[in-house]
Amino acid sequence: MISVYYFGAISLILIGLYAILVKKNLLKILIGLSIMETGVNLLLVSVGYVAGKSAPILSEGIRPSQAVDPIPQALVLTAIVIGVATTAMALSVAIILHEKYGTLNIEEIRRLRG
Amino acid sequence: MLKRALAIISLLIIGYWLAQGLAGVPFGEDKMLVGQYYLDHVKEQTGAVNAVTAVVVNYRGFDTLGEVTVLFIASTGVGALLWRKKKKRTAKTEGSIVLTTGTTLLFPFVVLFGAYIFIHGHLTPGGGFPGGATIATAFLLLYMAFVQYEIPHRAFEKTEGAVGVAYVLVGLIGLVIGGYFLYDWIWQDWGFGADNIGRLLSGGFIPIIYTIIGLKVGTELSGIIDNMLKEEVSE
Repeated sequence: MISVYYFGAISLILIGLYAILVKKNLLKILIGLSIMETGVNLLLVSVGYVAGKSAPILSEGIRPSQAVDPIPQALVLTAIVIGVATTAMALSVAIILHEKYGTLNIEEIRRLRG
Repeated sequence: MLKRALAIISLLIIGYWLAQGLAGVPFGEDKMLVGQYYLDHVKEQTGAVNAVTAVVVNYRGFDTLGEVTVLFIASTGVGALLWRKKKKRTAKTEGSIVLTTGTTLLFPFVVLFGAYIFIHGHLTPGGGFPGGATIATAFLLLYMAFVQYEIPHRAFEKTEGAVGVAYVLVGLIGLVIGGYFLYDWIWQDWGFGADNIGRLLSGGFIPIIYTIIGLKVGTELSGIIDNMLKEEVSE
């Protein structure tokens, strides 16, 4: 049986993908992208988890054999901030689209282009 | 309607496929290969207690330099996309009294907490990236509370450039002393803080690099906030 953390991560990824596939509003698509990113982060962290062990901070009598894998956490630590920055960049593209076309509906933007 | 049904079917297929793939990765079991090496040697090789930040800054410091570059490019991209000849803040409603009073009271403490997070990166969870983001939220609070507020642009741009150069300089000093880029000369050669592991003055160059990253992330995210909140005004 699949673990509840994997299930949650896959559900978040699928919810985000659903928003990207179905929604018409550009802002909602970007929100879906952010949700997907959260799911990927949760998946990475839960792959690194080892049952019964503590955070990889080796103070106060925690030995190296009692800590979980530090590498996925290191990846996610930077991925979160990079995600914020790339979301900001996508949002500024959305701002420009709204200035040019007066709408955020991707189908109307597509029609206005030609 | 058909499109939605097709989307749901394809999502179910993708979800099933992901679950099948993850069935080969048992949850909660020890799968560490290189991670165990890092955990075993982190104290004598880097002087840091927090293995996560040791991996981010020390073992894989070059990656982190690349990630700081990605952040820089994203913030430059936001600045370039939203560039206008004349930009001003156009918000009309002043923040409520709760927001303005709370912001003036809390602002120094939020900045202090952000600085605490990145200075203690080698001891406690966090580090330069979350610390910088915390500092940026302090400036976001100021932007929301006061309609006329703007960050000190000149000082922020200078800090951003200076800390970016400082990161490369720290790496180059390591190259001169130890023979490879981002060599941790403070820990490896000087052994600074060797009898102090687990306290603030230890961890080689991790606190220095994390201060650099914290300042860089803080100024860049504040710059992004500034770019997004201002609008073009016609002459």
